[in-house]
This record gives sequence, structure tokens and C-alpha cells, in this order.
Amino acid sequence: MDAILLQILNGLDKGSAYALIALGLTLIFGTLGVVNFAHGALFMIGAFCAVTLQRLLSLSHQVEVPGQVDFLGNPLMADVPYVTDWFGEATGNAIIDWSVPLAILLTIPVMLLVGYVMERGLIKHFYKRPHADQILVTFGLAIVLQEIVKYYYGANPIQTPAPEALSGVAQVLPGVVYPIWRIVYFCFAALIISGVFAFLQFTTFGMVVRAGMADRETVGLLGIDIDKRFTFMFGLAAAVAGLAGVMYGPINAPNYHMGMDFLVLSFVVVVVGGMGSLPGAVLAGFLLGILESFASTTWATTTLPGINQIIIYLVAIIILLTRPRGLMGRKGVMED
Amino acid sequence: MSTSRFTRRGVLKTGAVAGAGLALPTMFTSRANAYVNEPTGDTVTLGFNVPQSGPYADEGADELRAFELAVEHLNGEGDGGMLNTFSSKALKGNGILGKKVAYVTGDTQTKSDAARASAKSMIEKDGAVMISGGSSSGVAVAVQGLCQEAGVIFMAGLTHSNDTTGKDKKANGFRHFFDAYMSGAALAPVLKNEYGSDRRAYHLTADYTWGWTQQESIQASTEALGWETVENVLTPLAATDFSSYIAPVLNSGADVLVLNHYGGNMVNSLTNAVQFGLRDKQVNGKNFEIVVPLYSELMAKGAGENIKGILGSCNWQWSLQDEGTKAFVKSFGTKYGFPPSQAAHTCYVQTILYADAVERAGTFEPCAVVAALEGDGSSLEGVDSASNAGLVFDGLGNGPTLYRSADHQCFKDVLVTKGKENPTSEFDLLEVVEVTPVDQVWYEPDHPMFAGGDLGQCNNGA
Repeated sequence: MDAILLQILNGLDKGSAYALIALGLTLIFGTLGVVNFAHGALFMIGAFCAVTLQRLLSLSHQVEVPGQVDFLGNPLMADVPYVTDWFGEATGNAIIDWSVPLAILLTIPVMLLVGYVMERGLIKHFYKRPHADQILVTFGLAIVLQEIVKYYYGANPIQTPAPEALSGVAQVLPGVVYPIWRIVYFCFAALIISGVFAFLQFTTFGMVVRAGMADRETVGLLGIDIDKRFTFMFGLAAAVAGLAGVMYGPINAPNYHMGMDFLVLSFVVVVVGGMGSLPGAVLAGFLLGILESFASTTWATTTLPGINQIIIYLVAIIILLTRPRGLMGRKGVMED
Repeated sequence: MSTSRFTRRGVLKTGAVAGAGLALPTMFTSRANAYVNEPTGDTVTLGFNVPQSGPYADEGADELRAFELAVEHLNGEGDGGMLNTFSSKALKGNGILGKKVAYVTGDTQTKSDAARASAKSMIEKDGAVMISGGSSSGVAVAVQGLCQEAGVIFMAGLTHSNDTTGKDKKANGFRHFFDAYMSGAALAPVLKNEYGSDRRAYHLTADYTWGWTQQESIQASTEALGWETVENVLTPLAATDFSSYIAPVLNSGADVLVLNHYGGNMVNSLTNAVQFGLRDKQVNGKNFEIVVPLYSELMAKGAGENIKGILGSCNWQWSLQDEGTKAFVKSFGTKYGFPPSQAAHTCYVQTILYADAVERAGTFEPCAVVAALEGDGSSLEGVDSASNAGLVFDGLGNGPTLYRSADHQCFKDVLVTKGKENPTSEFDLLEVVEVTPVDQVWYEPDHPMFAGGDLGQCNNGA
């Protein structure tokens, strides 16, 4: 029973990342009709916002450590972060310790800007082109972005640990412990997803966007500049992917390739959920996360060797065969 | 009436002269191609095939730094590094056999097909006489096979699978790096001292050649201590989040987790294991322990704080205090500003060993170089075995070392290392807790974990 609960929790936090990325993908597809293969790269850039802030906060000057030498026999120099000079050791170290949650403040404007530049600078030129062209150009962009990150940060993973207070494990049931940060990640994802839905559901801006998603031409005829709103939605989707990335850093150390690792899975999530369906993307994200978790258990891999590697694709095949529009896809979307 | 001016004798004479004339260039050509890529000018080209893209690009970059340094030292530039401490004095700092050393590089991408393609290009287009480098056993086995077919020497880089000099060994291939069996044999006594002989181990294993051989080796050596193996779970190489593999460990009754992972896999699986509180857990009345049998400096850096106190093994460490290591660290550190990794060390050593073998053989001919690397049948002290024969050398950072002629594997002491609790700098991440003597990591060439292969005949490629 404990093992089942643990795998459900695992599935939920895996599913949180899938759902957040798939939500952004669906927002872009639903509004602009673009299949964005660079979305995984946005997730990765978000994670590197945390790396960048951590490095900025850790900017240091060097002081000599008396009586110790470095590997070349020169006096050993220790790094002393400026923030500890400015705010005292305890406060300075606490600021560095909380760099991942603080990075959220940096990530939102950075990702909105990245999304805006990406959409206005490149993707808008491909609206009327076939999906194959869109896939090619966005996939190329993803590779360029990850190579840029690799050039500046290297190929090795870089740790962005959770704050000390949110590290370790919490007892979720008697005898069942679970990492605190993973619980935080799930709650954070739930908050972001609820926020996006509330924004679309309860604001005028959101109502116009939803109307545009349903019938872009009619909304345009009413004198509303829907393109501007859709550009903002691209930025919002980028910010959601970025936030998913920044908070994911303490779970797995960010590396330049992490976006690609999630990209294909997220597309499967979107297809299973239903192209263009926001609730479908979220539901499929969590569902596939849980399925993947259970498929990785020793029992599953012993009974069906290799099932952990194919489960998601197997489900996608079954869904596409039995319900081509996905779990919650609208009739007519991607069916022509 | 007409008379022919052709006579039988005249035709035969003319034919013989013409035949000799036609054969002459061929004779010269065949002399010029006594072996593949025979250097004819005043330079000789070496091919360094390392991951320049992909997840091991940082390790590849460090290997390239070491190769550059080795070429500098061979050409008489810089401070000479380990040429000054190397027991063989055949190298004079004037290139190899008087030819200046040049090099070309290829990108393995840590993919076997890409690595073979780049090695092939360096051999066929750039005329490389030797290929070296790499950060993966899959790549090493693939490139070694290619070099054997092409008739050039392969001096393997970082490859730890038993198969490289086991079932996939080749006459043209040589490995300086240690292997999975040696890791198991070196770690076992330390594990017994630190954690006792009554332990239950759970293995997570990367699902490819290196992972399998390492798991098999560690399981064999820990079971010989009296440990029980609870489970071995194969994890996909592409896995990033290991939480669903870690969660079952919590209720498995195991009190040790062995992570047969390397690179990004190891960084993620160790991070996940620490997240799940395994290191603070008590099982069977004992502290739960994690073991990472193969360490690298870059992995340790990637794993950060999580590595502290965790045992593993290394081929070499920059903090060793022998003269060879000190000379190499000084050269490398002065040129690049940080200490070298073990991948860099093995690549540097392999280049020097190749150059030394050519110098001693007096030719670049691959089969002569193979014979020189196989040595004169000398033996390592302290190892009583009929297969203890080959090339013995010293002064390259690992103490007395044997390049065993039977399988082209180097035998030397193995380091057991531990993640440092209080590192003094970003490079000071691992500490050596034990230097396991070579006789404890020795095995015979026909050991079951290495069986099934055959060196075959060396190939000159002509």
C-alpha cells in the first residue's frame, strides 16, 4: 500500500512538469495554431534563470586562506560572496540558499520577454506555413537555444539546490515519507495551472482569448486586435514553461539538454489530452506521469520487461486508435 | 610479299621491359604503402576522437586539453610534463621519430555511429596513424573495431566496461583506464571495513554494456564479502528522473544502494536518492549507504553536496603525490588554470605511451607498434601469474604499471575515493581513502567476465 501511494505521489510530481509544459504548448497551439518544438527549450531556459541568479548572488571576491595552498602550491584563495559582505553572513547565506524561489521573480519577466521576441521575431512569419515548416523552424530554434546555453554554462549538470528549510523529507502518512521539494513542486504546479485557468475564465482578456481560440476571424471582425493578445499568450506560455523549469532545478540538476528530454513526452501528453484542449493537457499530464511511475516499478518491469520505456507511447497509440481527437479534444481540431 | 619486323624474341624482350616498367611504380607504391597512413613528410598526424557535443562534452573538452598538452610535450614545447618522470627515455622531445606531431580532432557525440564516422574520416582523409580518446565504452568498442579493420592503432580513452579488453578486445586496441572488475575488487575490502559483511544491496543499473558489466562485477565482489543482492533494476539510458526507481528501494529491505550509473544518469539518480532521504535512513539497524562504483571529477562537480561521504573508485586523482602526477598537474594546471580530470590523465598517458612505443619500434608500422606496446615480457612485482607479462613502465601517475600483452589491458593500483566532506575548493571534491594494490585487482585473461573474445592478429591495413 505504501509503495502504491509513493508511486502515485511520484506520478503526480512527474505529471506536474508534463502538465505545465503541455499547458503552454496547448496555449500556443490553441491561440496561434503553431506546433512549437522550441517549448522544451523554454523549460530549460527557465531552469537556467535559477542557475544565473544563483551565480549572480554568489558573485564573490577572494581572500587568502592562511596556511593552505591550492593544487599548484600557491596560497589557497577562498571565495567570499559579496552578499555576505553587504548583509552579514547569516542573511547573505540565506539569500543564496533561497536563490531558486527568488529566481521566480527573475524568470517571469525574462520568459515573457523571450516569448515575445520569439513570437514577433520568428514564429509570426510561419503562421501561414504548413505545420511541417513550423516544426522544422521551432526544432531548429530549440537546438540553437540549447547550444547557446551549453556554450555559456557547459554540458555538465549544475546543481540548484532547494532551500535548506524545504529540503529533506516529510511524513505524508505513517511510515511513508516523501521529499518536501517534490510536494512543493506539485503545489506550485497546481497553483500555476489554476492561475492560468482563472485568468482565461474570469478576466475580460481571457474571455477575448477564448473567443479568439474558438473563432479568430469573427473576433477580428469585431474590431479586437486579437494578434496582440495572442502574442501575449505566447509570452504567458513561455513564462509557464520557464516557471516549470526554474522550480524543477532542485529535483534534477539543470543541464542544457533537459528541454529535449521533456519535449517529446510533452507532445505525447498534448496529443493524448487532445490538441488545443487545456484541461485535456493537464489531465493527460498527470495521468501519464502516474502511469509512467507505475510502469517503472520492479513488479512492472519484471512482468513486462521494457514497459517503463514504452508505456507513454503505448497509451498514445491506443488513444489515437480509439479516440483520435484525444481525451478531451474538440471535434474538428487537427482532424481535417 | 611483306615481311614482319616483329620477332618472337623481340616481342618477349619488349614485353619484359614494358612489364618491368609498368611494375616499377607499383613496387614503389607498395613500398610507400607498407602500412596504412605511413607518414612520408616531416609531420605525423594523430587523431583525437572525443565527445565535443552531447552530454559528455565537458569531459571531451578536458581530454582534448590533455591531448594538446601531450602533443606540446612530444614536440619539445612546454615543461615536458610526465616525459620527465616517465621510466622510458626513448622520447627526446623532438616529435616522434623526428617528425613533428600534428593532430586532428573528431566529435564522437557519445554515439557509436558518429564516433566511427569521425574516426574513419580522420584515418581516410587526414591520414591519422593512431586514434585515441572517448568517454563511453559503447563508443570505445565501436571505434576499436573500426581501427582494427582499418589497420591503425587505437589507444582507448575513458572506457570502463569489462568488454573493451574482454569479449571485444582487438589486437590493434589498448586500454590504460581501469575496468569494472577492478572497481569491484578494489572497493570490496573497503566496503567491508566501512559497512560490514552483512549487508543487503539494491542495484540501479544503466541499461547498456558498461552498466551490465559493472553491475556484474560489483555484485560478484560484494557477494563474495557476504552481502546479499536484493534486486538489480535496469534503468533506461535516457532516464532523467529516477524517483520511480528510488521509491521501491525504500521498502525493499535493502540497506545499500549501488548506483551503476555514469555522467548525467549518476548525477540525477544520486540527487534523487538523497532527496528521498536514503542517506538519513536506518534499515536493519544500520545506516543506509549509497555506493557509486565509478567516479569522475565532473560527475562529482555535477552532484554537488550529494556526493559527500559516498564511496567509489577512480583510475587516477590529481591529488596523488607521486612525481608523475605532480609533473602532470603542474603542466596542466599552469596551462589551463585548474587540475586535470582522470579522463584527461588517461588520454595524456595513452598518447605518450603510443609515441614511446613508436620510438622504440623505430617505425609507425602498426604491428611493430603493437609489439612494442606488448613489451618484452617483463612482469609486475608481487603478482604471481603466468599472464603477468608485457610492458612494464612507471612515472606516469599510477606507479608501476603493466600493459598486459595477453589482452592489452593496463594493470596498476586502483584508487578508492570518497566524496570530500569539507572541500577547500571547487576542484577538491574527492579524497583518496585507499590505494588498492594491483595484486588485489588482478584477474586472468580467461576470467569468465572477460571470456569470449580474441585479440586476433594485428592489422597493418596495407
